[in-house]
Amino acid sequence: MKILVCISKAPDTTSKIAFSQGNTVFDENGVQYIVNPYDEWYALVRALEIKETIGGEVTIITVGSANDDAIMRKALAIGADAAVRVDADPKDAYFTASQIADFAKTEGFDLIFTGKETINFNGSQVGGMIAELLDLPFVSLASKLDLKGETIQLEREIAGGVELIEVNIPVVVSCAKGMAEQRIPNMRGIMAARTKPLKVISPTAVEELTSYVSFVTPAAKSTVKIIDASNMDELVRLLHQEAKVI
Amino acid sequence: MVLVYISSNNGIAKSVVETITYARKLSNDVVVITTGAASQDDLAQLGKYGASSVKVDRAIVGGDSQQLSRLISSLALSLSADTVLFSHDVIGKAVAPRVSVQLKAGLVSGAIALPEENGSIKVNVFSGKAMGFVHVKSALKIISLLPNSIPAELNGSNCPVEEINGDAGAALIKVISVKRPEGDIPLPEAELVVSAGRGMKGPENWGMIENLASALGAATACSRPVADIGWRPHHEHVGQTGVAIRPNLYIAIGISGAIQHLAGVNGSKVIVVVNTDSEAPFFKAADYGVIGDAFDVIPKLTEAVKKFKSSNN
Ligand SMILES: Cc1cc2nc3c(=O)[nH]c(=O)nc-3n(C[C@H](O)[C@H](O)[C@H](O)COP(=O)(O)OP(=O)(O)OC[C@H]3O[C@@H](n4cnc5c(N)ncnc54)[C@H](O)[C@@H]3O)c2cc1C
Repeated sequence: MKILVCISKAPDTTSKIAFSQGNTVFDENGVQYIVNPYDEWYALVRALEIKETIGGEVTIITVGSANDDAIMRKALAIGADAAVRVDADPKDAYFTASQIADFAKTEGFDLIFTGKETINFNGSQVGGMIAELLDLPFVSLASKLDLKGETIQLEREIAGGVELIEVNIPVVVSCAKGMAEQRIPNMRGIMAARTKPLKVISPTAVEELTSYVSFVTPAAKSTVKIIDASNMDELVRLLHQEAKVI
Repeated sequence: MVLVYISSNNGIAKSVVETITYARKLSNDVVVITTGAASQDDLAQLGKYGASSVKVDRAIVGGDSQQLSRLISSLALSLSADTVLFSHDVIGKAVAPRVSVQLKAGLVSGAIALPEENGSIKVNVFSGKAMGFVHVKSALKIISLLPNSIPAELNGSNCPVEEINGDAGAALIKVISVKRPEGDIPLPEAELVVSAGRGMKGPENWGMIENLASALGAATACSRPVADIGWRPHHEHVGQTGVAIRPNLYIAIGISGAIQHLAGVNGSKVIVVVNTDSEAPFFKAADYGVIGDAFDVIPKLTEAVKKFKSSNN
């Protein structure tokens, strides 16, 4: 089974989010980058589990700069076999998906995994776009995936329920919680990752379709109103009369 | 004109009427395309929220993104739509990116407001730690609207409904079954949410959380460790690596308020925190706080809610 896992960098979840240049650019000062949790915990680990059960190869791909080699090495340490980096700034989802699709179109992957979304831009766009560019079926937000020969069965959460679906490979899947459990790389994995191939390829010319004009951070809350624990009628009154939410 | 895709398999959801309300604010000409089982009567009612007409293709039963995107893109072209609108739910997340590629039109996913004066559209970024304004370079725009971002508004009367056969081809994805928990309110759509964390000590204590939620008519949610240990189902996990929600009221019980948790809930209009520890970071993000033991406070709060509901009816 040939599996491609799309990897994005994301700021560490404890990062304070700030913007510079008149709120137009994310301020990377002091920000530590990690592998986007959905890509790492669910997409990558499920791909590795499949390889461990039936054999195959797991390739990871990112669109980014040489700074992102560190997160690619981390993903290799967890167990991916080979890495590819498209050497370009991932300008928007369409640009990014186009680069990945362009690489994937001649490689014959059986499965292409993305995380559900990145925790920085939360777009949930790249997987569906790759699928369209490659003319493959796409399953969004899968929480379970089982292989049955050429067929895979997946579960995904739909409005207020869980849907069980079936599709033949090749297919693109975006992976959500439930797919797998996070793995911590061990020393052997970290050592092995140093010598695994990390190929850098040039981007193809693609015009992005969207851009960010500016950013804002949410207004700070005014101070909390403390209500006595023995007076819940007062809390209910405030929620009704003052906050008007019940 | 604006073309809106809605799924009507589960009847007319709240997010559906929100999406149509949003479309009506963009244009007086709103065509709704839907698949699914909703009756002609139910679909005609969408006119009340601003739909000019509804087209329904009954041949597509599941959520196959290839079928749906072909159907929607070809309609967008034949109707010369300038905007195609989706709800940012599991179907929108699968279909909107494909339509964006097919039509070479920029996609704004998870819009939380109407376009600004400069045409850019506000979305959550960094899982709710910030908001960004997206500019679409193409003339045709694709937008998916985050549930609970704008209130539905009545604006018109019943509209005509037309059965169509959009010739979207065969489905490659086969739906085998759908499990639907009875009576649950889907978390992303809920206006009121009661959420609890590790402070509840164990799953056996969730009865009081559920009682409060049912007294309020609220959905239930939880912090990540609670879902990870298996006290609660994964779909209740809110936060940076779970569901991001923006209800009118979020009640956080026995949750410390870690930065990753706050990211997913700080879009809530009003936050109430119940915690034994007056130093819990969540109080800094709260509108109302109760310093006390959940095991004592929550049953009292539930009684107070019931009393209020019965005197208010
Ligand atoms: C990469 C990453 C991603 C993460 N993503 C998320 C996420 O998406 N969502 C999320 O929630 N977390 C996330 N976390 C975890 C987060 O950092 C916190 O560990 C977690 O939110 C804490 O959960 P909690 O508040 O339930 O538990 P705790 O931190 O243990 O807090 C329990 C709280 O309950 C209070 N308490 C105890 N007893 C009582 C009582 N009887 N009555 C009232 N209060 C009581 C305590 O004072 C305390 O404040 C993430 C962490 C990482 C590293």
